[in-house]
Amino acid sequence: MPKRTNIKKILLLGSGPIVIGQACEFDYSGTQACKALKEEGFEIVLVNSNPATIMTDPDIADHTYIEPLTPEYVEKIICEERPDSILPTLGGQTALNIAMKLYENGVLAKYNVTMIGADYATIKKAEDREEFKKAVLRAGLEVPRSAFAHTMDEAWQAARDIGYPLIIRPSYTLGGTGGGITHTDEEFEAIASLGMESSMTHEVLIEESIEGWKEYELEVMRDSKDNVVIVCSIENLDPMGVHTGDSVTVAPAQTLTDREYQVMRDASLALIREIGVETGGSNIQFAVDPLNGRMVVIEMNPRVSRSSALASKATGFPIAKFAAKLAVGYSLDEIRNDITRETPASFEPAIDYCVVKAPRFTFEKFPEAKDILGVQMKSVGETMAIGRTFKEALQKALRGLEIGHVGLDNRQDYRDIPDEKILLRLKEPNASRIFYIKYALQKGMTVDQIAGVSRIDPWFIDHIAQILEMERELARVIETEKTLAEPLFRRAKEYGFSDAQLARMMGVPEMDIRRQRKEKGIIATFKQVDTCAAEFEAHTPYFYSTYEQEDESVIENRKADESSSRPRKKVVILGGGPNRIGQGIEFDYCCCHAAITLKDMGFETIMVNSNPETVSTDYDISDRLYFEPLTFEDVMNIIDVEKPDGVIVQYGGQTPLNLADKLSAAGVPIVGTSVESIDLAENRELFSRFISRLKIAQPANASANSAEEAARYAAQIGYPVLARPSYVLGGRAMRIVYDEESLLTFMSEAREVSPGKPVLIDKFVEDAIEVDVDAISDGTQTYVAGIMEHIENAGIHSGDSACVLPPHTISEELIAQIKRDTCRIAEGLQVVGLLNIQFAVKGSKIYVLEVNPRASRTVPFVSKATGVPCAKIAAQIMMGKRVKDFNLPVDLDLPHFSVKESVLPFSRFSGVDIVLGPEMKSTGEVMGIAMNFGEAFVKSQLCANQELPKTGRVFVSVKDEDKRAIVFLAKRLRDLQYTLVATQGTAKVLRSNGVVVDVVGKYAEGENTLLKMIKSDQIHLIINIPSGQASQSDLRKIRAAAILYNVPCITTLQGAWAAVNGMEDMLIRPFSVKSLQSYYRGMRLAGPVEAYQEG
Amino acid sequence: MKEAILYLEDGTSFIGRTLGTPGETAGEVVFNTAMTGYQEILTDPSYAGQIVVMTYPLIGNYGVNAEDAESNGVHVKGFVVKEFCRRHSNFRADQSLIDYLDQHHIIAMEGIDTRKLTRHLRQRGAMKGLISTDDFNPESLAGKIARVPAMAGSDWVKEVTAKEKYVWPADASFGAPGYRVAALDCGIKFNILRILSRLGCEVHVFPARSTYEQIMAVQPAGLFLSNGPGDPAALDYVIKTVRQFIGTLPIFGICLGHQILGLALGGQTYKMKFGHHGANHPVQDMRDSRIGITSQNHGFCVDLETLPKDEVELMALNLNDRTVEGISHRKFPLYSVQHHPEAAPGPHDAQYLFREFIAMMKQHKNHSQP
Repeated sequence: MPKRTNIKKILLLGSGPIVIGQACEFDYSGTQACKALKEEGFEIVLVNSNPATIMTDPDIADHTYIEPLTPEYVEKIICEERPDSILPTLGGQTALNIAMKLYENGVLAKYNVTMIGADYATIKKAEDREEFKKAVLRAGLEVPRSAFAHTMDEAWQAARDIGYPLIIRPSYTLGGTGGGITHTDEEFEAIASLGMESSMTHEVLIEESIEGWKEYELEVMRDSKDNVVIVCSIENLDPMGVHTGDSVTVAPAQTLTDREYQVMRDASLALIREIGVETGGSNIQFAVDPLNGRMVVIEMNPRVSRSSALASKATGFPIAKFAAKLAVGYSLDEIRNDITRETPASFEPAIDYCVVKAPRFTFEKFPEAKDILGVQMKSVGETMAIGRTFKEALQKALRGLEIGHVGLDNRQDYRDIPDEKILLRLKEPNASRIFYIKYALQKGMTVDQIAGVSRIDPWFIDHIAQILEMERELARVIETEKTLAEPLFRRAKEYGFSDAQLARMMGVPEMDIRRQRKEKGIIATFKQVDTCAAEFEAHTPYFYSTYEQEDESVIENRKADESSSRPRKKVVILGGGPNRIGQGIEFDYCCCHAAITLKDMGFETIMVNSNPETVSTDYDISDRLYFEPLTFEDVMNIIDVEKPDGVIVQYGGQTPLNLADKLSAAGVPIVGTSVESIDLAENRELFSRFISRLKIAQPANASANSAEEAARYAAQIGYPVLARPSYVLGGRAMRIVYDEESLLTFMSEAREVSPGKPVLIDKFVEDAIEVDVDAISDGTQTYVAGIMEHIENAGIHSGDSACVLPPHTISEELIAQIKRDTCRIAEGLQVVGLLNIQFAVKGSKIYVLEVNPRASRTVPFVSKATGVPCAKIAAQIMMGKRVKDFNLPVDLDLPHFSVKESVLPFSRFSGVDIVLGPEMKSTGEVMGIAMNFGEAFVKSQLCANQELPKTGRVFVSVKDEDKRAIVFLAKRLRDLQYTLVATQGTAKVLRSNGVVVDVVGKYAEGENTLLKMIKSDQIHLIINIPSGQASQSDLRKIRAAAILYNVPCITTLQGAWAAVNGMEDMLIRPFSVKSLQSYYRGMRLAGPVEAYQEG
Repeated sequence: MKEAILYLEDGTSFIGRTLGTPGETAGEVVFNTAMTGYQEILTDPSYAGQIVVMTYPLIGNYGVNAEDAESNGVHVKGFVVKEFCRRHSNFRADQSLIDYLDQHHIIAMEGIDTRKLTRHLRQRGAMKGLISTDDFNPESLAGKIARVPAMAGSDWVKEVTAKEKYVWPADASFGAPGYRVAALDCGIKFNILRILSRLGCEVHVFPARSTYEQIMAVQPAGLFLSNGPGDPAALDYVIKTVRQFIGTLPIFGICLGHQILGLALGGQTYKMKFGHHGANHPVQDMRDSRIGITSQNHGFCVDLETLPKDEVELMALNLNDRTVEGISHRKFPLYSVQHHPEAAPGPHDAQYLFREFIAMMKQHKNHSQP
């Protein structure tokens, strides 16, 4: 069936900020969908609150709204844009939920908007647990025994009927928030009540626990002609009980016979038909009892998901792109497979390699939280590795995680780990279980014993045992012969051992191993990912490395050389690897922009990355894609084959930047800012001298190589000091330290985070305004792209604080000086490309806090706010263009305000306080744009799921220093008709200043009144500013409750100011929506994107 | 563990190792892209005379069990993989694949770049190959390989057909009395028999050399032409027999059976470059345009142009390379498919074709018994 003709304008919803459970995979799917639909001539309206996405680039959709993803805002956009259809299946759970709401409240009917991809009834059937269960049974399949409960009485009845262990799953939540496994009455009470709270429908499913069963996932696609294909099967290493996002997974499924696999395939076909997903992708999860093969259906997502991104990257089959085409009427056989060009998309990919996905956790950011895994997802990112064997892929994945392991190595001596600990770590799923399997084997446990304790399939454990056997053989040979000869050396590489791993075993530098290896002719070969196991010729150069005989990238390179008349210059762009807090989608955005713009300039672009969620690992983005870990060895292997003219290291975050030194030493042509300049900015002493030479103020500082040195310097500088390790991102382990004792605690942690690197000690400038600047420089001329004023005072990590562009409280003189300083620093450092500077403004004095000669987290935000595509321009400058070649505005006079707000993952980590500090904790960001600051701020809060109340009761409790300042705010709140409650101390100050306020007891003061009020929805906003070291405060429980009951909670005075400002604005005028394209048209410079392309 | 060589007709060689049986074996080298189902592949009689290369690199993961065999023996001449699984895991497994291959004296090789080999076969076409653990001398290997008969023109059916007629009874679970089907065994897979049996058929399995009279003696309601190995054109004796049935009994053919029917209807077959061996090919049923994902295993193909257009029509088409996947007759109750609706291994999308055979027999019976 060809394209539908009754559709012209399609509304596409994105998934909003990056949160745990919903990350850049939806930028990947949404961007693919936008491009595919635009290609077909449809007019696309896009809504997404996340400025760091590629999909919100103004040239991807026709009308791009960076607005809150709420039913109200989307309704307003529908009212303005009048789309005829809405495609809700590509923006994760967020998009699905909003579309459902808009259907239910009649908005879609009112404006005549049709749901395409999946309709209301279908989504309802798949999402509503009761309906889903019925559908599964109708399809002749099994589900675990279960019952629904809406009250605790119903819940207890179900628990008695089914018996422990039980699993509790709340309906309509993201990534399993609020669920859990219970073995006792006590656990049951806690988890069941929490689950009901977090469910949109106050409903939980209580079911037979199938913990320990084998878990599988199938990615299914269906078209309007009822053709169905399975794109990929996935088997989880961690058995049932661990959220699939937190499991190590492998594709394709390994331990199913064809007969069992086909039963699962038949079940998937039956289910997608029964649920009625008309077109598009779905994923279906199954559990299989390892003892008898009994198969039950766990759940189904009637939309593209994290797993479909993984499946797309694992097979080369672009699920989201095809899902979009199917939604507008095409059938699978009418779509060509891009890779083979000859064959249609109505087939099932055959793969001839093994794919391993490993989750990236950041428990180190939340020391109070345990690293125990369960049905609620906790990982913040993932890496995918491809190898010809599971052993190779597993070791590649582990080194790709960048958690200090260079493979399946030992970070600690297994002999030091007590047996009980090993048993516990095997039994209780946790972030490092895979390593404990090895420790257990080293201690002499058998494969069967480990399988018994962990319930991990012995197939996986035996492969780990094989890696260990190889390691032992290597150790033996190294011990006796001091060297490695060809066959064993090669076998070690086939087993995925990294050069670094072998170097550690031999006690020599990694470079020695690399040299020996190359001398022996043991060279990585690259194979193509081609969807068809080499049955057809592949045209899309998507490669992974392995140790085999034939190198297909060499063959492809030769072919390309022969076919083109003039050789093109090649640029390698190094990506950022797995997402983590501090390094995420913003860097992927920059990498994509570099690839897109340099491809346009005629370069051959080569992307290297290991993160399957990203747009950068879409083979459409660059000319060649290498899906590889970002380590020195893996990057050098690519350099050896590609021999690029330039390598970009400044766009992928700290990961590639950390490789810059070694790459440069190995003769790799790094383009853009030189390695020396990078060092000058990173090396505190050199940097400090450099800044002094420029006569720019900086806080007193020192860098210390030992605890004693640190203590001495801190005493000289004077507490409080800001202490941090060097060469890290996201303020890892950064602290504001008030005394020597805390400094020494910090020192031991810092050494773990960044071993061998000095620790930086800065005087902490208290009560200063922090300013972030992004700039582009060619070394002689600099363009200041954006100046952002932080809402929170200096001391809170820039990644966690809200900021506004343009600044709204800083004088023009100071701004002019910030610009001048920025240019002098950029030119002094000889920056070629992007640069980010953090300043602190105290009174009329400006201090430089930090300079990063690389892409920063705020580059996409600045680009969206100003319409100037900074990453693209900087990439061109790195390749030789000058700033003056672009028509850049001297003074960008923005008529609108843009506010960036961060999104924090606290609800995932129970027991963690939500107070912000110098260590970054946010997973993502949102943007609010409006013609005035107040509205922009309100939007940003709404985007971050902190809906400021229009009426109601505000709780106020502030530290002593801020009590005076709060009086004025409290008065304004009273004027706006809010009622106030406060703790004793705060209330006293307010009352003596004539503000009417009720007193409420803190948690510890016996009554529990405040907690009760929060639980019963009597508090609508919390302003709680704790003192510097207040994490032990009683109010911690209050803040935890705020998270749980989703009451907006503001923890800084500046945040409170901005909020009250916004609330006032919100009360006097209705909210507005406006597309980026309209904002840009409203600017004095017309058509910014095109205008800045070239001068 | 012993070093082994795979030597190809064109002089290319691959060094690997064999874990079990040593020695020498030769055959046509073909690759299979199915990611599961190695046991079914090993026991499929259609692979007689062939050395099978699995493109999925990890083979043996779930061991071998008693239920998944497609015949009573292993028919491949040799088996080539990237890596054999040392420790299998599956609740139905009876033994490891390595032990099983050893028990059946199959020379199996691992540790070679199977993707390179596959690309080579794709570009140059399927060719003869020889695996040896003793002889690594290219000249001597070239001499040996020259003496191996080519697949084109070879009758491999005689090696795998039933020695004597036997009966596969109808499944007891099928309540009503079903049809009696005569199956001409050119190397029939058990799953065809299992499915017909589940649909109530009592299948009389005849050796390939059985005559029209011998078959008609059991008064079958329909004739089934099985899959099998080798070149269909070399099977003049079967083609002749089948020709006698056209127009008298409903006929359903699969794979080699389809090619034989094509030849019996006056058409020709040709050898494909490297054939289709896998479980992921899209096939469109021309009657309703529906697409099914099919199991494939063939190196020869029916040439539609050579068939009488007024009698035979295209029933199914391979969407990857647009080759013939099925034919039917405008007048007589007969049809055949090139792919494997019985799957094993592979998807079950085309199993409806068996039910159509039942329907065809029913209709034919109603017509012939007024």
